[in-house]
Amino acid sequence: MTPLVHKPVEQRDGVVIRFAGDSGDGMQLTGDQFTSQTAAFGNDLSTLPDFPAEIRAPAGTLPGVSAFQVHFSDHEILTPGDAPDVLVAMNPAALKANLADLRRGGDLIVNTDEFTPRALARVGYERSPLDDDSLESWRVHAVSLTSMTLEALKDSGLSRKEAERAKNMFALGLLSWLYHRPTAGTVAFLGRKFARQPEIAKANVAAFEAGWSFGETTESFSVSYQVKPATMPAGTYRQISGNLALAYGLIAASQRAALPLFLGAYPITPASDVLHELSKHKRFGVRAFQAEDEIAAIGAALGASFGGSLAVTTTSGPGVALKSETVGLAVSLELPLVICDIQRGGPSTGLPTKTEQADLLQAMYGRNGEAPVPIVAPRSPADCFDAALEACRIALTYRTPVFLLSDGYLANGAEPWRIPDVASLPDLRVPFATVPSDGSGYLPYARDPDNLARPWARPGTPGLEHRIGGLEKADRTGAISYDPDNHDTMVRLRQAKVDGIARSIPAMVVEDPSGEARVLVLGWGSTYGPIGAACRQVRDAGGAVAQAHLRHLNPFPTNTGDVLGAYDRVLLPEMNLGQLASLLRARYLVDVIPYNRVRGMPFKSGELVGVITDVIDSV
Amino acid sequence: MSETVPPRSGPPNGSSWPVRQGLDLVPTTADKQSAKDFKTDQEVRWCPGCGDYAVLAAVQGFFPELGLRRENVVFVSGIGCSSRFPYYMNTYGMHSIHGRAPAIATGIAASRPDLSVWVITGDGDGLSIGGNHLIHALRRNVNLKILLFNNRIYGLTKGQYSPTSELGKITKSTPVGSLDHPFNPVSLALGAEATFVARTLDSDRKHLTAVLRAAAEHRGTAFVEIYQNCNIFNDGAFEVLKDPDTRDQALLRLEPGSPMIFGTSTVKGSRTTSGAGASPTTSRGVRRGTDGGVEVCAADDPAVLTHDPALLDPSTAFAVSRLAQPTPVGIFRAVSRPTYDDLMQHQVDLATSTGSPADLGELLRAGDTWQIS
Ligand SMILES: Cc1ncc(C[n+]2csc(CCOP(=O)(O)OP(=O)(O)O)c2C)c(N)n1
Ligand code: SF4
Ligand SMILES: [Mg+2]
Repeated sequence: MTPLVHKPVEQRDGVVIRFAGDSGDGMQLTGDQFTSQTAAFGNDLSTLPDFPAEIRAPAGTLPGVSAFQVHFSDHEILTPGDAPDVLVAMNPAALKANLADLRRGGDLIVNTDEFTPRALARVGYERSPLDDDSLESWRVHAVSLTSMTLEALKDSGLSRKEAERAKNMFALGLLSWLYHRPTAGTVAFLGRKFARQPEIAKANVAAFEAGWSFGETTESFSVSYQVKPATMPAGTYRQISGNLALAYGLIAASQRAALPLFLGAYPITPASDVLHELSKHKRFGVRAFQAEDEIAAIGAALGASFGGSLAVTTTSGPGVALKSETVGLAVSLELPLVICDIQRGGPSTGLPTKTEQADLLQAMYGRNGEAPVPIVAPRSPADCFDAALEACRIALTYRTPVFLLSDGYLANGAEPWRIPDVASLPDLRVPFATVPSDGSGYLPYARDPDNLARPWARPGTPGLEHRIGGLEKADRTGAISYDPDNHDTMVRLRQAKVDGIARSIPAMVVEDPSGEARVLVLGWGSTYGPIGAACRQVRDAGGAVAQAHLRHLNPFPTNTGDVLGAYDRVLLPEMNLGQLASLLRARYLVDVIPYNRVRGMPFKSGELVGVITDVIDSV
Repeated sequence: MSETVPPRSGPPNGSSWPVRQGLDLVPTTADKQSAKDFKTDQEVRWCPGCGDYAVLAAVQGFFPELGLRRENVVFVSGIGCSSRFPYYMNTYGMHSIHGRAPAIATGIAASRPDLSVWVITGDGDGLSIGGNHLIHALRRNVNLKILLFNNRIYGLTKGQYSPTSELGKITKSTPVGSLDHPFNPVSLALGAEATFVARTLDSDRKHLTAVLRAAAEHRGTAFVEIYQNCNIFNDGAFEVLKDPDTRDQALLRLEPGSPMIFGTSTVKGSRTTSGAGASPTTSRGVRRGTDGGVEVCAADDPAVLTHDPALLDPSTAFAVSRLAQPTPVGIFRAVSRPTYDDLMQHQVDLATSTGSPADLGELLRAGDTWQIS
């Protein structure tokens, strides 16, 4: 669409927008679509969807508010942004729930049509905040979104209710104009989405265009903004969420291992999307099994692993609790198995749609007996792809269950991803056992002297018939053994095998541009973005701080102790009460300084800047 | 003896559902096998006199008849005395965790159509801790043969009552009698719409073998309840069904196409066993009752039921399964329905055989992409 009226255009280097409305208002779709346009335009970006656990919480209430935040910029960014510059509030509840976050002086776009006395009263406004001076710290744009949408669709033949539903597209059109977003993708998307209901597709496009035109003509917006594309490494890019990247990573691993992928899963937020995605890819030979519960899901996966598949189970914390006994069996059987835990707020059902990192110790220790399990954690949505490949590499190479700890923030958040060249992905092929050529019998628990992995013998291989189980096994032969010394040997062998994985993982890398830092900020998992952004801000303000991030939490990289020992202070922000901090203290006797918040939301980089600065000042 | 129950909705792309029989896809061998080939070097560690020995011998004895390659057979068990079974079978095997064998075996069967997968479970393993997995395997009709060793007691944990123990059972954990109503495993399996449901006894080698053979050749989940004597903690639980003086009155042997008649008759001074052809004057029969179930009647009652395990509607089989005196043994139900694993394989085959071969690079680049140079 070409501008009709020429309004001044201002440059911005980055903007944070939050769309907020009722659960039924389509805010996630609106945000997703704005994100797609932004990705297509070439900005760097990061998103934070934030929605209630209820599918349709009562309309117009605070618990029913659903929001989507997107941060985009002309330079590399690491987080969805601390505070929005623009808030789109579709109703009083959305305003009330989100206003405190909006940057002072920021743009506040409100749908005035929804500010009825009843809707206001519902969330405790005695009078409309639009009518008093309570919003004077912000630039308020009062827009009658609903009625303008209805007006635009009056000839569409749609009922009032149907037409009203398109108001999110009006809002999207307005924001698209305001930030010079390309629109072709959205028009095409609506055509695809409503392919079976052409009149609905047409209405949505009409509402979208009406929103755009409104921006151009209204006096409420005197300027529009441009955010130039970011300079990023050359390549082909797409936008990707953590769960999609995880699913693709698992498919990639199965292709690179030349093994069929078997997923056993039971639906649970925020992991279900991985099940949904993998269910689509039968073309790649993926078998996705929706089991009767989490125990059956991991059981079936373990069975498939015994049969020679690359086996995976996906879940969240409550599901991991159910799977624990089977994880222990997998430790004992020494079969490859990847357990993806998309962490959410706990304990118990906790906060299903919110993020947390509090399953680390569950993954590390949540089993009976000495049952070591390697742990890998992605640090950004796109990194879930690489983390999946790495988890599969460890599982296949060492014949062990492996935990992959993602979280709700990574799962649903999105960012641009430079699509890798398939040939550059690691070769994950591992040999299956073959009949010993020297005529000796098959020894299911004889080990590779280098990595201590036992052989993987697939049923169907003649001469390798063998029985394995959860009872303690004699070293080498795998026969049941109650011998005390053998048990001690086997416990130590299983531990040594997992410890030895450290030799196959890269050393921890420290980023300290000035080389003068005396404070290290360490993190793991999804805190990478906020910690990285905070460190940049500290450095921009003249401070010296080092950052390191752990992908492997069991075993740790071999240089971990040296790195921790090289700094006066080690600060460790975690979205739990200090789980990694406990592990590091116990292992390296380093008194790391924990910084813990369990609010179900990612850290804000601004908050971490303050914490880091305090620690630097204390040195 | 089987008819086909079509799935409710048709397969995608107008293709037809896979129709496979028995042990299709499991490779066979021309080599002559004997029971010895299926024995392992592991010392069998059940108590002397335990019924598990007889079942093991029967399984090892009839497996050569199937002519399957040993390497394409997998035994998976849970935990319990009976669950030690896989260690003694010279095939692939897994002794897993308590109650979970049907789930693990589902993963094996669903990913490996070339394997004959057997589940060994107990009344505690399969009906208590693992009850959920059992009913779901049955309803899915995964290609598994599930042998449930029912000794009506927890053997391995030394004699607590189980979900099949009779009400009022005195055990260590129920010194003044158990309070819970037992499951009837056959009724439970029929309720879960299992396609093959049978009951047999550890002590009747011939019957046991015949039932196991039919189970092996059934495509889909075959559920076999085996009455098994635990001579240590629940000795004689099935004695009336075994004692030559009582068994003919106590057992109803279900034979396809034969009337449901049981009992002994003294014809010309000699005792003959029940079944078709037994003298109607001293035997009795089973017919539909007025309350919807079945009842015992005179053997010459014209309403005596003829056993038909192929009936699609499981309600007659269910009604028969409710009988306690006499206790029915044999194959209650054997119908054919597409199996979960065949259908899963079918979906994968369909997806992989249409269009160009799956290309990972293409997948990763699908959707909206942009170039940065
Ligand atoms: C998770 C778990 N809970 C409890 C046990 C203890 N346990 C082992 S076998 C068993 C009962 C077995 O009874 P059944 O399945 O009837 O087998 P049987 O020994 O009678 O053949 C129990 C409770 C266990 N091994 N694992
Ligand atoms: S305890 Fe009972 S079931 Fe277990 S081995 Fe002994 S006799 Fe058999
Ligand atoms: Mg038992």
